[in-house]
Amino acid sequence: MSVTAIPYTVEPRPDTGLNNVKLGIWLFLASEVMLFGALFASYILLRVGADAGTWPRGDSILNVPLATLNTAVLITSSVTMVMAWASCMRRDFGKFRLYQGLTVLAGFVFLGIKYVEYTSKFHHDLFPSTSTFLAIYFTLTGLHALHVIGGMAYNAYLWGPGARMWKSDLEQFTNRVEASGLFWHFVDLVWIFLFPILYLL
Amino acid sequence: MTDHAAHHPAEEHHHPEPGFLRKYWFSVDHKVIGIQYGITSLLFLFFGFSLMMLMRWQLAYPGEPLPLIGNLLGASRMPGGVMLPEFYNQLGAMHGTIMVFLGVVPLAVGAFGNYVVPLQIGAPDMAFPRLNMASYHVYFWGAVIFVASFFAPGGAAQSGWTSYSPLADIAPTGQTMWLIGMIFLITSSLLGSINFITTIIQLRAPGLTFMRLPFFVWAQFVTAFLLLLAFPPLEAASVMQLMDRVAGTSFFLPSGLVVSGQVLEVSGGGSPLLWQHLFWFLAHPEVYVLILPALGIIAEVVANNTRKPLWGYKALVWSVLGIGFLSFVVWAHHMFMTGMGTVMNAFFQTTTMIISIPSVVILSALILSLWGASIRFTTPMLFALAFLPMFGIGGLTGLPLGLSSADIHLHDTYYVIGHFHYVVAPGTLFALFAGIYYWYPKATGRHLSDTLGKLHFWPSLLFMNGIFFPMFFQGLAGVSRRLWDGGESYRHAQDVLWMNDVMSWSAWGLGLSQIPFIVNFFLSMKRGRQVTENPWQATTLEWAAPSPPPHGNFPVPPVVYRSPYEYSVPGMERDFLPQFEAGPSDPEAERAAIPQPVPAE
Amino acid sequence: MSAHDVDVDKHVRTYIIVFVSLLALTLVTVAISYLEMTTGPAVALALLVATVKASLVACFFMHLISERKLIYLVLGFTVLFFLFVLLGPLATEANQVGV
Repeated sequence: MSVTAIPYTVEPRPDTGLNNVKLGIWLFLASEVMLFGALFASYILLRVGADAGTWPRGDSILNVPLATLNTAVLITSSVTMVMAWASCMRRDFGKFRLYQGLTVLAGFVFLGIKYVEYTSKFHHDLFPSTSTFLAIYFTLTGLHALHVIGGMAYNAYLWGPGARMWKSDLEQFTNRVEASGLFWHFVDLVWIFLFPILYLL
Repeated sequence: MTDHAAHHPAEEHHHPEPGFLRKYWFSVDHKVIGIQYGITSLLFLFFGFSLMMLMRWQLAYPGEPLPLIGNLLGASRMPGGVMLPEFYNQLGAMHGTIMVFLGVVPLAVGAFGNYVVPLQIGAPDMAFPRLNMASYHVYFWGAVIFVASFFAPGGAAQSGWTSYSPLADIAPTGQTMWLIGMIFLITSSLLGSINFITTIIQLRAPGLTFMRLPFFVWAQFVTAFLLLLAFPPLEAASVMQLMDRVAGTSFFLPSGLVVSGQVLEVSGGGSPLLWQHLFWFLAHPEVYVLILPALGIIAEVVANNTRKPLWGYKALVWSVLGIGFLSFVVWAHHMFMTGMGTVMNAFFQTTTMIISIPSVVILSALILSLWGASIRFTTPMLFALAFLPMFGIGGLTGLPLGLSSADIHLHDTYYVIGHFHYVVAPGTLFALFAGIYYWYPKATGRHLSDTLGKLHFWPSLLFMNGIFFPMFFQGLAGVSRRLWDGGESYRHAQDVLWMNDVMSWSAWGLGLSQIPFIVNFFLSMKRGRQVTENPWQATTLEWAAPSPPPHGNFPVPPVVYRSPYEYSVPGMERDFLPQFEAGPSDPEAERAAIPQPVPAE
Repeated sequence: MSAHDVDVDKHVRTYIIVFVSLLALTLVTVAISYLEMTTGPAVALALLVATVKASLVACFFMHLISERKLIYLVLGFTVLFFLFVLLGPLATEANQVGV
């Protein structure tokens, strides 16, 4: 083992049972829980503190059918993402490419639907400045969308130029796909809470 | 156990020598990054201190033109050399922000943490070297944004380092840049904390169990968790305040807010208190981020210069874990005056009192470590010894502030400023100086001059107290924080105004006292007494590496055989036994030291 | 690594089941929003369903159900601190005397 090589980048450390990337990505997700958690907490505080009757029901302003569709899109992308990882484990490059590609595609669909939603709001003069409800709606879904874009970018990298690592170090590549998957599932998780809270309550 | 060295470390020995940029600006070596953080943060400490030295002119001589410098700053800041209140507020807000976020934390965590932790755990580098480089760069560009904000129309942020809404919502452009800068800083911290935690858990050398870690590593470990979990709510709040300023939202703007006689044209319905909760949820753990690495450094320096094991290692570890946890439930002691009822006041007062216990345990353990010791009065030890009573004063003056009834009188007065500066300035900053004097030989291969060190230490200690002790009296007399004239226009402050002069001259004296340090720092790089691996005869792993360590740190990967502070072991001729040296009674040590899998449940 | 292939096949079957469950629960989420309910129970029910869905994603897609103790420890503290940031301000709001 070369003196400069960092241990446990691929194989797990015996006593923790983890490799570095897995621990690292879970730590990152923990901080993301606090980030979105603080925003959810803010939503609750603003709603509870609002004058009686001033806080609108989500479905009176927002497009529930589109958001339901988007929920299905994200759930599907989560499945394709984990199937991409499973394909790595099965050493099936073709299937990996397919599932990873579908995941990225689903991301585009999600963003496309969000674009339609947002522009429709703006068209009806509904902006973040219009009400506190819309402010938290745009901020929460906007930050979420930024995370979708980030996840898509890395997934696209793994699908494209990053896939070169399949040949040189399949194990490390699989770990990276798994780590990206963990992030992607987290993004799905946030939406699972966002959807009912913002749109249905 | 094979390792796939398929990833390409930037400095594999058969690659051609990297160019200047790759070697010094885009390095992924934790030592280079540590030094980058160190130099940048020291510059910002000096810059932030200069802002304060400017403020102290206004406080000592309110309304008087400042000779020479005053005219250089322009009519928008100091027309005719006289400081405008708006500029005073900018200086105040930016002094706090820069000292905390661009100075102390990057030095304590970014510099010391990055440089020392991998060495102290016997690792070749941090777990994620490229992420480490990214952390530094994000910090650097965030810092650039902060500095640039001084040149924005209306000037830099001027709503306190706490940026309370609604004032911060309507403040000039500099505040927007402050928020963007903070998002950069927070991101940098988050990336760094992921690296620290993973590194400490995963990359410990064989034989280095958690209860054999140097206390410095424990302190950095807990600090990293604070940064990881407490910062995101402030990031969320910063995004929301940014939205308020840029997108016209009303997250923190209540309905019917009147500004300059006119009702603000916003949707309203927001909560200024929401900002305070989210801000202090971070900012309280943040103060532990400021002190824990310092306590870690003091522990190392004290153990080494008393030639004794630290008193109460287990108590220290449990206390630092306790502080880390409790720091998440005390934040609203910064909000005692916001109209909380007695139940919540009592809750936060109770948790605040409880958190003082582990703090006292740590301080006591460090003081008890001096009992029966053979003290070496090296320069690092001088700073460490001074730290103890200074931190004691800082901690004790926190108690009346933590009691909500006493806080009614003391909140937002100079008493608060005195309290926290004692902890951070002759507290943390002294510990950081101790660390610089202690680890400079490891990083450069040369000692800093002891004579210049003492010339730095004694006046600094004197002037620190000259600046901050009078603040307690001014605060008790009722002088408020953030007053542009230092209390001159208030009748109740008249009897204590003379202290402003003492404090200002002490501040300028403190500035001058840093000159021996700066001279020493640069001169010793070329002229300092040369050293080998272990000039302090210390016991922790960093002293097994060459001074300075090469890429990969250890020519032979170290193995750990014992606890970190085996000084004056009975029966031994030498008064120290390093962790990394196999003793005569360690035949099985090497095999037993390799981490074993945990049995499945 | 070949022992993993057997595991992967089992996992894939689980993924499909979870996928279908998630889609079904999404429809349930929307359906119950049409029920006449006061805000309190509506919120509780919506959060309950969301938690079930989130648990499925976390346990099976993110493999949390077979993860290491260390990860559980980190997440446990995270959830605790999230509760602090949620309940602290709410509690002070409930106990508020002045503005």
